[in-house]
Amino acid sequence: MDVLLEMKGIEKVYPNGVVANQGVDFSVAPGEIHALVGENGAGKTTLMKILFGLEQPEGGTITYKGKPLHIASPHVAIANGIGMVHQHFMLVPSLSIAENVVLGLEPKRGLSFDWKTAVSQTEELAARYNLPVNPTARVQDIPVGMRQKVKILKALMRGAELLVLDEPTAVLTPQETTELFAALKKLKSQGHTIIFISHKLREVKEISDRVTVMRAGRLIGVTDTATATERDISRMMVGRDVVLHVDKPPTTPGDAVLRVEGVRYVADTGKEVVKGVSFEVRAGEVLGIAGVEGNGQRELVEILTGLRKPSAGRVIAAGKNVTGKDCRAVRQAGVGHIPEDRMTHGVAGLGTIEENLIADRYDSKALNPRFLLSLKSVSELGKKLVKEFDIRTQSPKTPVKMLSGGNIQKVVVAREFSANPKLIVANQPTRGVDVGATEFIHKKLLENCAEGAGVLLISADLNEVMSLSHRLAVMYGGEIVAVFPNADEVTEEELGLYMLGVKRMKLAAGSEAS
Amino acid sequence: MKKEHVFEVVRSLVAILLAMLLGFIVTYLVSKQPGEAFQSFLTGPFTSPRRFGNLIEAAIPLTFTGLAVSMAFQAAQFNIGAEGQFFFGATAATIVGITVPAPGWLHPILALAVGGVAGAFVGWIPGVLKARWGASELVSSLMLNYVFFRVGMYLINYHYRDTTAGAMVSLPLKETSWLTQFLPPTRIHYGIFVAILAVIFTYLFLYRSRWGYALRMTGLNLPFANYSGINTTSVITYSQVISGVVAGIGGAVEMLGIYHRFQWLALPGYGFDGIIVAILARNNPLGIPLAALFLAYLRTGADIMARTTDVSAEMITVIQAVMILLVTAQAFLAGWKHRIVVKEAKQSV
Repeated sequence: MDVLLEMKGIEKVYPNGVVANQGVDFSVAPGEIHALVGENGAGKTTLMKILFGLEQPEGGTITYKGKPLHIASPHVAIANGIGMVHQHFMLVPSLSIAENVVLGLEPKRGLSFDWKTAVSQTEELAARYNLPVNPTARVQDIPVGMRQKVKILKALMRGAELLVLDEPTAVLTPQETTELFAALKKLKSQGHTIIFISHKLREVKEISDRVTVMRAGRLIGVTDTATATERDISRMMVGRDVVLHVDKPPTTPGDAVLRVEGVRYVADTGKEVVKGVSFEVRAGEVLGIAGVEGNGQRELVEILTGLRKPSAGRVIAAGKNVTGKDCRAVRQAGVGHIPEDRMTHGVAGLGTIEENLIADRYDSKALNPRFLLSLKSVSELGKKLVKEFDIRTQSPKTPVKMLSGGNIQKVVVAREFSANPKLIVANQPTRGVDVGATEFIHKKLLENCAEGAGVLLISADLNEVMSLSHRLAVMYGGEIVAVFPNADEVTEEELGLYMLGVKRMKLAAGSEAS
Repeated sequence: MKKEHVFEVVRSLVAILLAMLLGFIVTYLVSKQPGEAFQSFLTGPFTSPRRFGNLIEAAIPLTFTGLAVSMAFQAAQFNIGAEGQFFFGATAATIVGITVPAPGWLHPILALAVGGVAGAFVGWIPGVLKARWGASELVSSLMLNYVFFRVGMYLINYHYRDTTAGAMVSLPLKETSWLTQFLPPTRIHYGIFVAILAVIFTYLFLYRSRWGYALRMTGLNLPFANYSGINTTSVITYSQVISGVVAGIGGAVEMLGIYHRFQWLALPGYGFDGIIVAILARNNPLGIPLAALFLAYLRTGADIMARTTDVSAEMITVIQAVMILLVTAQAFLAGWKHRIVVKEAKQSV
């Protein structure tokens, strides 16, 4: 078989001591769609960052089109026809699509920017690759699926022949994913080579020709997609059989532990991002909120947990009116919060595990028996929680920053769950977390629920919301557009239609989702 | 990960060594007697008890301002107002020393307390401006240094000036307020014990108290502290108030221990030097006295060099600048550090 790209013996150690790649061999044939799979933290993204010149390896060689290539920076990669579409949106929101696509390669007329040529170049490119976009629309106004296309166009504009897509479907609805795949197949038919990073095995099966599996920084194997089952691939990824299905216990919900009444939020930009949301979460149930990111979920969660003040409406948590109160008051009412972005809100990275575990109770009587903090009590609590929540570390005095994503999330979960909350607000609780830790966090979440806590679960991962929730709601454009009293009776496709705003239920105002 | 601490120490030592080397090169270029100059710079502080005393005396105020700055830095507040706090603390202690009649044991305590309160007041202003309105504490604390310098000069010149003296100085402090110099021929005074207490207090406060914990978490990650239920507004304010207390007491100690009369006509610079001390000690209260002694050693040595040879004391600022540059430059020796990390990581795999 022909080889377009060959990476041999790639080694990468990050400055914090994490070994991301250990002697990884990776090769891609011209004109194929090659899936690179593995759990979070397996080293896929690192390997691709090395290919794109964003990281320098400690060892190994790269051969591209038969010649050795030293990729010192993304400029070198781009000059050689390697393009990368990052997981996070590396676009300028306030600029138009055309401006984003030509950014850095602006057509000029004299000294000024040639807007017309930029638009026509973008249109031409979009037509050639069947990635229809409106070049004059601002990036901030277009949906996520469209942004994904813009990023691909941007890479193609720079002459990319080998395209790396880092989890492109993570934020897409099923329908948008289908559309993206059609475009990728078209690219392939036009001779482009695609490396597709994912951990959604169904998509890997659907789109790729070959699969490379990585685990814990090592290459585990390469196989033709056609001959491997999802189960085979997942076993290679995790190293054991995985329970892909969670058994959620049946529930007999109790009293409401959260009542949200007509909550609205107007952003600084004047845009109303939460438009009169009402619902209830009862003790002993999981209410899932599905939705594409950026439809007001973040603002809603921040309002419920005290990080943001609503413009209107009421929030009653565990019987207490906490509308507009700060985080301390919300916590005292009995609310635990697993935040969306753990490194910003969930932990202090430079603090030790212990220090992070006591953040919500550092001034309690138990830890301050006399005037000073009792280091003994702190360290006992640390040891206990590290054990109970299976936080993999040499010592509770290790800085949190040194842990893997999954273990950092366990630190957050340990702190929030050990406070015995009556209501748990979990926003993307397993994003960027490996399969083992995900299983563990799901188990703990359901345990707390069975013991009588109410859980509000917000997740962009359809699989997660569908398998954990008793009831489901869908958020679109700042509103709740659908409620399903029994989460088991919904299909992904149907949810997708609501998430895209194609369908909406008629819900009586004020009684939504209750 | 012990090796990383070793690395930090080695890195600081290399930075100091390089700075010294550069200092020597500069000396060599400008001096007719470079060898003697550098020798008196390096060994001067140890050539007589009086000179050694000078070193210790100089380290005392630096310890206070170093502690004050490190406290603010730990809360991620770039408060460089220690200069004004120190100065105003000294002014307030002077007034107490001149006007209040009190017995010998109470008088210094009273003067130190009032000095601390004065420093706290100066620290409180940028703190509250930052916490309430988000005003940059860097700008407000820097400007306040000059405001309180003028206020202090006004108080001394118009209300407590000794008109019989030939220079612009205050009336002498009552002897009851003095901190005794107990090791003649040096001027080392009881203030050294106050400094040691301040180190212990700051350490316990930062690492053993709930308030210090809240302060450090606020410094490490403000959104996280907020999310955890820490009242970060109040943390930001009290971090600067307590930092002001420490600096203010430092100013008072200096006045009661060394001068016995207010005689500064410009900002003495201890607050700005406190920033250097805090950086060298990596904001660790237990490292502050060592860093203060080291800086005092450089300063004393430079003074002796200036007095005995043809090289002026300002040469030391070159050394200081290079040292701070290298210590704070993250990338300095980073390649070496990375190799250590890689080696360790590979061994532990």
